[in-house]
Order: sequence, then C-alpha cells, then structure tokens
Amino acid sequence: MCAKKVDAIVIGAGWAGSILAKELTEAGLSVVMLERGDERATAVEGDYPTSIDELRGAIRHRLFQNLSQSTVTIRNMPDQEALPYRRLAAFLPGEGVGGAGLHWSGVHFRVAPDDLALRTNVVARYGKNFIPEGMNLQDYGVTYEELEPFFDKAEKVFGTSGEPYTIKGKIAGNGNRFAPDRSDAFPLPAMGEVYSASLFRSAAANVGYHPYALPAANASAQYTNPYGVQMGPCNFCGYCSGYDCYMYSKASPNVNILPALRQDPKFTLITKAHVLKVNLDADKKKATGVSYLDLRTKKQVELDADLVIISAFQFHNVHLMLLSGIGQPYDPQQNTGTVGRNFVYQTITTSRAWLSPKQYTNLFVGAGGAGVAIDDFNSMNFDHGPLGFVGGSPVWVNQAGVKPIAAAIGGPGGKAPTWGEGYKDAMVDTYRHSLTIDAHGSNMAYRDVYLDLDPTYSNAYGQPLLRMTFNWKDNDIRMNQYVVGKIEPIIKAMGATRYSLGMLKDGEVFDTRRYQTTHLGGGAIMGTDPKTSCVNRYLQSWDVSNVFVIGASAFPQGMGYNPTGMVAALAYWAAYHIRTTYLKNPGPMVQA
Amino acid sequence: MKIPSSTRRNFTAGLLGSASFWMYGGHKVWADALQSESTQSYKPKYFNHEEWLFLNAACARIFPADAHGPDAALLGAPEFIDRQMDTPYGHGELWYMSGPFKEGAPNLGYQLSLPPRDLYRQAIAAANAYVRDHHQGQTFSQLAIPEQIALLKVFEQGKMALGAVPAHTFFEQLRQNTLEGVFSDPLYGGNKGLAGWTLLGFPGARADFMDWVNQKGAPYPFGPVSISGETA
Repeated sequence: MCAKKVDAIVIGAGWAGSILAKELTEAGLSVVMLERGDERATAVEGDYPTSIDELRGAIRHRLFQNLSQSTVTIRNMPDQEALPYRRLAAFLPGEGVGGAGLHWSGVHFRVAPDDLALRTNVVARYGKNFIPEGMNLQDYGVTYEELEPFFDKAEKVFGTSGEPYTIKGKIAGNGNRFAPDRSDAFPLPAMGEVYSASLFRSAAANVGYHPYALPAANASAQYTNPYGVQMGPCNFCGYCSGYDCYMYSKASPNVNILPALRQDPKFTLITKAHVLKVNLDADKKKATGVSYLDLRTKKQVELDADLVIISAFQFHNVHLMLLSGIGQPYDPQQNTGTVGRNFVYQTITTSRAWLSPKQYTNLFVGAGGAGVAIDDFNSMNFDHGPLGFVGGSPVWVNQAGVKPIAAAIGGPGGKAPTWGEGYKDAMVDTYRHSLTIDAHGSNMAYRDVYLDLDPTYSNAYGQPLLRMTFNWKDNDIRMNQYVVGKIEPIIKAMGATRYSLGMLKDGEVFDTRRYQTTHLGGGAIMGTDPKTSCVNRYLQSWDVSNVFVIGASAFPQGMGYNPTGMVAALAYWAAYHIRTTYLKNPGPMVQA
Repeated sequence: MKIPSSTRRNFTAGLLGSASFWMYGGHKVWADALQSESTQSYKPKYFNHEEWLFLNAACARIFPADAHGPDAALLGAPEFIDRQMDTPYGHGELWYMSGPFKEGAPNLGYQLSLPPRDLYRQAIAAANAYVRDHHQGQTFSQLAIPEQIALLKVFEQGKMALGAVPAHTFFEQLRQNTLEGVFSDPLYGGNKGLAGWTLLGFPGARADFMDWVNQKGAPYPFGPVSISGETA
C-alpha cells in the first residue's frame, strides 16, 4: 500500500464496512478498508475440526475483541465512577476481518415498520403524555417502503432462509403475519425445525398466538449469491454463535462479500490497522482522511481520502467520532449535543421448560438463526394503552447449539445447585430434557443513558476509553415482565413438567458479569433533526458531510429484533444514496 | 493432540466414558487406578505441591464422584487448570489489566489486578492459612470431605477475603475452571476418556446433525468424539 490518498476509506471490516466497500468499488472508487484485528479466513482457522473447540472458541473468545488493548468503562448512574469492563461477559464485540458478522448467530430480520417511526406512532395512538419523563423516543427518518429494496438485496447477498407471509400484497406462505410486505420471496426456504422449536410452534398456536419460522442467514440449501460466492447447506452442527461456520452456511462478510471484493484491484484491505482518529480540516467541516496505527510496525500512518466511512462496531463508531471531534458530544445536563446520545441495548431474558425424561431435546443440535418465534407482543402489535409502557419483545425458541462448558457453568437452572452434590443429576436432566424460550425485547433511550469519553482510563495507545452510562429503566422492566408472563401459557401447553421464567426484577441494575446480548445500539443515531441526531437519514454526518457513520449506532431505540438485518439494509440504503446522489455532488444531502 | 500411548490408559479411559460402568461396576478399583494415574503421571508445571493438593481436593468437591461417574480430579480438571496457567488466559492477556484498580459495585465486574495464575496463588495460600488457623494446623486437602464442602460453601457465599481476593471471586474462578476442565476437549488435559461429554450426552466434535434436526424427541444415539478422533 503506497498510495497516500485514496477515494474512500472504510473503517472496520464487518458487515457495514464490507457492504460499503463493495458498493463504492462498484461505483469505481478506490477503497482502502482498515481493520484493526487479524485476517480471518474460514478455510484456514474456520476449518473442521479445529474450529469445533468450545474452549478456544466461545469460552476464550477466539473471534472476539481482545480487551487487553482497548475496552470501555461502565457505570449505571451518571453520579457513579465508571470502572473498566475488564473481562468479556455481558456483550461480545468482534475483532478481525468479518467483525461481529463472523461470530454472529444468523437471525436475519427486517424491521417492524412501526419501530421506524416509534415516536410518531406512540403519540398518534396514545398521546404525547404516554411517553415517560426522560425517555428520548425518536423516529429514524426513513420508512419501510424506502428500505424494502435494500432488505431484499441484503437477504439475497446473505442467502437468507425463511418463509414469507405476503409478497406484493398476496399471501405467499405461513410466515410471520406481523411482518411487512415483501417484494420477493426469501432466497431459500425456511430452515428445518428442531424438536424444541416444533413443540413451541404447536403450543404457541394452541394458545392463540401466531408462530413463524425465524428468518435465518443460515443456508437451508446450497446457494450462490449475486456476487457469485457460494454457501453450503447448514448441517445444524450448532457452532454458529462464536464460531466461523466450517460449512460456509452462515452468512458472513468473509464468505458472502469479501471473496468477490478481494478480486477488485481498486480494493485494498489492511489488517492490524487501528484507526486513531478521522482527520478534519481546520473548521471541522470536512474530513481529510484518517490516522491509523500499524500494529505490526507500531508506526502511525496518515492516509488521505475524499470520503470516510465509519463502519466499525456500534460503540467503536461513537468512540471514533468523539476522539475525532466529529459533531458535538452529548451533554446530558444541558441536553445538548448528539454524539453519544440515545445509547441503547436490548432487554433479553431466558425462560426454561423441562420436559419428561422420555423427551430428548438434543440441545447440541442447532443453527444460530433457526427457530420458531411469535411477534404477538413485539413492536406496536398489541395494545400498550392499558399497559403503560413503550416497546415489546418477540418470543422464540432459537436452539442455536448448546455446548457443554457454557451449559455447565450456567448451571442446571431453577433452584438446582451450581456445583457439588446434586449438581450432576440436575445438569444431566437440564441438558438432555429442557429447552429455553427467549423474550428478545426492545430497550428505549433515556436522557441519562449515554456514551462519552472516560476521564480516567485509556487504551493501549493512550486514548481515553469510551464510557457507558447504562441502567435498566422501569418502562423496559415492565415490558419484559409483561411479555415473559405471556410465555407461561405456551410452556404449559407444551406439557412441561416444570419451568422457570426468566425476567427482570423491579429496580434491577444492569449487571456486566452475565452475558445478555451483543446487540448494542445508538450513540450516533439517524434522524431528521440535527439537534437530536448525529447523522441524517442517509447516515451522513450532519457536521462533516464527507463522513458517513454506518451501523447499529444509528438506531434511535433498541428494537426487539436482532439488528444485523437492519444494519445491512441501512448500509445498502446509504451506499445507494452515496452512489446516486452524493458522489455526483459531494456535500450535505439534507440541509440542516 | 497426542493419543495416549499406554494401553492401560486407553482401557481405563474407555471404561470411564461408560455410564453403566460407573453405575453398576465395582468402580472403586478403577477409581483408585485412575487416581494414581492422574495424580502421579501428571506433574504440575505451575502449581506447587501444596497448591496442587488443594486444587485436586477442591475440583473433586465441586464436581464430585457419584453414580454418574468420576469426580473432576479424576477427569483431569487440575491438570487442565495447571496447563491453563501458562496460556494468554492464565497470564491475564485476554483481560484489560491497566490501572487504576478500584473496588466497585459487584455488578461492574472483576476489578482486581491479578491474572488467574496470581489469583490462584494468593487465594490458595490464604485459604490454607485460614484452614490451619481453624483446623489445628491442617491444610484444606487434609480435611474430611464434609469439612471441605462446608469450607467451599463459606468461600462461595464469601464475605471473607483470601489475600487480596474476595473468597466468592476465588470460588467462582475455581468453579468455572473446574467445569471448563471437565467439559472441554481432552486436548487441554481434562475430560479424560470424554467422560464429561458422555455424562451430558454431548457428542463432541461430530458437529453434523443433518439427519438429527428433528427426531421427535428421541435420544441422539452416538457417543462423543474428540477433535483428535478419540471416542468413548
């Protein structure tokens, strides 16, 4: 790499970065993609059987961010001192080529259209006073109809398996009847249903809910995507989440985009390149390029570009904006600034049902994106009026392949011991005869939940760590409790011998020690008003118009659905408008 | 991954993996054989003698022998933990270990400056010191089994400190590493004879269930296989 100036720099080699790099090279631009982690090739380290190793994989975090170099600090309340997130637990950001898109599970949703204009919808239905004090409820500034072609494109690139409900307004299958209309079928038929999921399907239907097959970016059959790259049929090996899919069945940037992109001479991927900051001109209106640290030589490198795409993991995007001085940092006291505002998560709890000793759930069989869900209590699909909270949760059995170390450390559940006498008996029963049901819920944004720079702790390169101020709020706790209550009749209809409902408790404090989800969002949100959003509806910085910030960082609220489908659609949406509008006339695409 | 060369080792390992052997066999003889094998054939590289005795006893209490099969010490969990101490994990190289180190609310997670290997060293020494003070100069491994269990419960519920380590932090480290040893691929030194996987019915590295996506609740019929091809 000798060029000192390229057309575009893409920061981060995950889904968002790979999509933008592909689109921009297609548009004729020279693109350098900078990835701070290692090169990752499925044919090498994802190979069978060495990748089928739980200790090295999900337990020692082979594909995840190495916190020794950089982490975040966390506190629950703004008056608390934040402390470093020293050991990976509550959430697991990826690192290396593919990013979190290499270690994800593969649940591949579109969006609940009501969620895109949640503020407008809540106010229209229940009035402005329905929104709790301190909740920053906002719209995305983009509609489902506008995004539909890009959801469709992403599914075709990912090789997504699923069953539709309607296509072009006509009923086309037994899919999710709450799902929005589609312009085309899924590229592949729905994945097979494991025993636990089929039990959930019939029980949920008996109770009067509307079960559907989870849309999965796990290939239910051999597939060749529009870029000409191939996927193999998923064999339910159970090594999705935390692993690299030796079957080439789980969509990843590594399998679905990069093999095509790497052949383009206008594209250059540089690994072990840690971007320190985006460089701005004197009046902070234009980016001139980036400064990155070559982790091999330990030398700082300046690279200039006309266009800078910030497309790292959600909170790295926000961190980089703060370190670079792009936009105004959010100040919760004054309620000014936008960078770090509306930091959101998801509200996820797991319930467990035990079946008879004759029913084996074979928990090790699974696929990360497969399962059966209901949307009856997601988004605006039910009447919130008498309930007094905003948001909702899909509910599902998503048997993704339970491995023994994680199961053993998690323990048998219920009131059983986590070690010593009685532990093994209970563990055997749980591992062989139980199943889990998740309430995978939304999380709203609040004035005192945000991201900023930590005043004390720094990363290995001397830069301040990002600080998270996050806690559970009453609205989301009550939402979770309500939806989990709806799981109970399903479990009873399954004929479970016993069960334990997992739900947040009143006043529960966010606990960093227990894995919940890696679905972090917000902090650099999209919107229509530069006073309350960082980027416009094309994900272009309001302040520095040749910087686009792509990822779940753009979500104003944490949605009930898994975020990757929405991230991919937003990436294709932004890329389309960069190609068709921005490149012809660089500058702000929306006037502030 | 080395395949164990000793025929006797293979034989005992094969038996270990069989649940019926443990339920119905006269397993005392074999337990003794394995005991002598697991504690004598492996020489710890990190832990000293006193620490090693502590670890063997504690692992066996956390994951005890019963009708389902042998304890964690027999399954090689102490060997696993000893070997882990000289990995990036054991040296704390996977964790953010920059200061300042401050005590915080438990929900904000681990805030000690100690990597696992130092945590074990400090906490085991302090635990044995505590036992000597309260049990006439004995060490943990010399206590009767019910006393060991009682003490681990004290640590687990832990208001006390073991050196710089809160007892419950140490206990949880020990519990997690013990279970990692029992249930990880045997290439790391534990899960001998694949007995951990056999207990749960986990088939190991088979990782192909095309025909077993949904067999309507029937048990999966095949035993485990390790990454190296070892079966049980």
